[in-house]
Amino acid sequence: MNFIDNPRKLRGFEKNLKVEKISRRSILKGLGVTGGFVLAAPVMTRRAFAYETGAGKMPHGVVVDPRVFVAVAPDGTVTILAHRAEMGTGVRTSLPLIVAEEMEADWSKVKVQQAHGDEGKFGNQDTDGSRSTRHYLIPMRQIGASARTMLEQAAAKRWGVPATEVKAVNHEVVHSASGRKLGFGELAADAAKESVPSIEGLKLKDPKDFRYLGKGQVSIVDLHDITTGKAGYGADVRLPGMKYAVIARPPVTGGKLVSFDPAEAMKISGVEKVMQVRGWPWPSKFQPLGGVAVIARNTGAAIKGRDALKLVWDDGANGKYDSVAYRKELEEASRKPGLVVRQEGDADAALKAADKVVIGEYYLPHLAHVSMEPPVAVADVKGDKAEIWAPVQSPGGTREDVAKTLGIPEGNVTVNVTLLGGGFGRKSKCDFALEAALLSKELGTPVKVQWTREDDLHHDFLHTVSVERIEAGLDKDGKVIAWRHRSVAPTIASTFAAGAKHAASFELGMGLVDMPFEIANISCENPEAAAFTRIGWFRSVSNIPRAFAVQSMVGEIANATGRDQKETLLALIGTPRIVKPAVKDMWNYGEPYDSYPIDTARLRKVVELVAEKGEWGRQVPKGHGLGIAVHRSFVSYIATIVEVAVDDKGKLTVPRVDTAIDCGTYVNPERIASQIEGAAIMGLSLAKYGAVTFKDGKVEQKNFDDFQVIRMDESPVVTNVYIVPPGPDTPPSGVGEPGVPPFAPALMNAIFAATGKRIRALPIGKQLEA
Amino acid sequence: MIKVKINGQEQSWDGDPDLPLLWFLRDEAGLTGTKFGCGQALCGACTVIIDKEAVRSCITSINDVAGREVTTIEGLHPDGDHPVQKAWREVNVPQCGFCQAGQIMQAAALLMENPKPSHDQIREAMSGNICRCGCYQRIENAVHLASTGV
Ligand code: FES
Ligand code: FES
Repeated sequence: MNFIDNPRKLRGFEKNLKVEKISRRSILKGLGVTGGFVLAAPVMTRRAFAYETGAGKMPHGVVVDPRVFVAVAPDGTVTILAHRAEMGTGVRTSLPLIVAEEMEADWSKVKVQQAHGDEGKFGNQDTDGSRSTRHYLIPMRQIGASARTMLEQAAAKRWGVPATEVKAVNHEVVHSASGRKLGFGELAADAAKESVPSIEGLKLKDPKDFRYLGKGQVSIVDLHDITTGKAGYGADVRLPGMKYAVIARPPVTGGKLVSFDPAEAMKISGVEKVMQVRGWPWPSKFQPLGGVAVIARNTGAAIKGRDALKLVWDDGANGKYDSVAYRKELEEASRKPGLVVRQEGDADAALKAADKVVIGEYYLPHLAHVSMEPPVAVADVKGDKAEIWAPVQSPGGTREDVAKTLGIPEGNVTVNVTLLGGGFGRKSKCDFALEAALLSKELGTPVKVQWTREDDLHHDFLHTVSVERIEAGLDKDGKVIAWRHRSVAPTIASTFAAGAKHAASFELGMGLVDMPFEIANISCENPEAAAFTRIGWFRSVSNIPRAFAVQSMVGEIANATGRDQKETLLALIGTPRIVKPAVKDMWNYGEPYDSYPIDTARLRKVVELVAEKGEWGRQVPKGHGLGIAVHRSFVSYIATIVEVAVDDKGKLTVPRVDTAIDCGTYVNPERIASQIEGAAIMGLSLAKYGAVTFKDGKVEQKNFDDFQVIRMDESPVVTNVYIVPPGPDTPPSGVGEPGVPPFAPALMNAIFAATGKRIRALPIGKQLEA
Repeated sequence: MIKVKINGQEQSWDGDPDLPLLWFLRDEAGLTGTKFGCGQALCGACTVIIDKEAVRSCITSINDVAGREVTTIEGLHPDGDHPVQKAWREVNVPQCGFCQAGQIMQAAALLMENPKPSHDQIREAMSGNICRCGCYQRIENAVHLASTGV
């Protein structure tokens, strides 16, 4: 695997864990009240459970050490460290909750503390790929069980009884034979002296004794602060002497500043300085684009100053990027053979022999993340030390990139993770934090770099743009005997290496080569596509266009054969089996295939569950229609039914959405529901409005008036969520992303049922009004 | 010198009178509960209440509010127990939470004007406030709960 197959390899991480002293910054002091050392932390490599995950293969792997993650104070307060970033999924609550569960801590006495970026100490912290629960359910249980064991051992010693006779129960250790009890706080100091038990010997709780896991009765830890305005996001950090900056960046990706005139800007009240910011050539991963910064005493003055700048840019080679012309290029490429990435049987011959060929060519434009909180970061650089406060999904990666950008050792960089006002993949890329670091270094004062919404739309790492073309060959009985899917889209790899034109394996594995249908002749192809702007990952990534095409095609086949959508879908999925696509080293979301195979029994199950609960086939009023779609992504299985209503003017509303999810063993069903409700709205946003378009190399949209997202008056009236109960050993799988892909195709199938119109190009825009 | 009462406290400003109230609140007065989401009155993240009305602070200049009473999320209720705030917690509305201060201020203003809004009135009144995480179903339920107690 080269780095393009795995961009995260670019991070230059070190596999070996170092013995290092806990810095003063870390309020956590191990189990006890006195300071301690983080010893060589055991990396989980052995097969401890009935399944394995890819966690150990992530940069810096997994750290299982209670002294790193848990502290017990003499008053009994248990502090648990959240090492992943909170962007709305609930992870900052869910992971510590797992520790508290195993540890027998009382959640009302638990405080959650956010870890700063230090992967050597905490293990991998990259919060994306819908991985946190699936990679950390077991390690967090082991950490909690270790802490519990240490507390139990300390109590047993105090009482002079065998450890087997004592038991931690709800924040106390009890010796039931004698009726003695000691609170966690009373045991803290002694427990800290106990050696950390080996992972092998740990006794984990029987799931039937769980108080919190799987129950959904614990609210997120930030709930109160969010409702009172106290929750701290990136922009809410204020330091003494801090300056406020906004930056004018090259309007075309790869463009350069030719000249600038600061005179008018300097006349604006509150503006203190205008200065150039270093930029890197495109592509350069997450390095800043460069430009001109306006430094002021408040953000309002900085924005007004920027408006007054006179700027001359050289647009460079991407100045010709034009979305209308590019769409034609993609369409043409999709009509010719391309790099074959999966081949079973002989699709060419079978298509020629088919009784009927159904062809669908689907177009999905670029999308912007537009997290509610635009990118923002605060930096304080003094000499060869840097401290950052930022809403970043990957604090470890940010730390490495800040160190490299400033040319200082990584150990001199502290990255504090604030709450993220949404992330969706945008905040995995830390360009905004690097800008703040560069400016602070030059100014010698702390500085906050605030992106405006216009900046966010103009300089995003956009979701790709794609044409997906599917040809399905049917025999005379309407059975699908051939399937050819060509997927053409600029690749995320182009942001890491100039000239990358084919999808990386992780992109191929998102709905193209892992297509689960039982068809004898399959060809998946990936013709070339060049990139002309920064392409990045957006919640569920390539699964959006692939699921859109594949599941729309199911609807088209149903129509061509006069059969029910759901029955057509189940027939295509075929027999319950483990799918083994003929693809070498198929990317499986980084997970071992044994533990996380494509299991069509589970795929069928979510279809059947949503059909039953969502009353598939129910009578709907005139002008309404039902559509269904299913998709496996992030190793979870999700099926959605959308009811749409289209009035005689073509106005579309969504009275009801039903979604079934099988995400294996889960922690907090209440947060699963909130993610799925949100995914339906994001799916509706991208279907109805989502398009970032380019003209002369520049993004045409500016703000929420021309890059629209769904508002309350047009959101689904009700979204019902059904969670498949896990088997005893079902591994946990993704939740944050996989709700998005099935929504749009289910909606298209519903629109077809309601109106007879098949929409193949997004966004819907005015297509229903014609 | 512009004087304005914010959450019951008098504040003054002698800088640019055109400074948007949002940036005065956040950067000058240190009241960071009010959020920046678009700067163009398109998203509602910056919503505050001025004399009982929900107002977008990003397009309201500090000069426009001279002598008036501004309430931000920090001043909605001393303990954070305004019926809307309580309902928000009861329903577990937030995901990332970034839009929620604006949503809560908008909802509080709605209920002052119309204590028992219908489903359609809630959806209409709240549709100037974007939630990119997509909490709308719960926002609607929470407004309903705050207005009816059920
Ligand atoms: S920031 Fe004021 S409405 Fe968006
Ligand atoms: S909760 Fe994230 S934008 Fe509303």
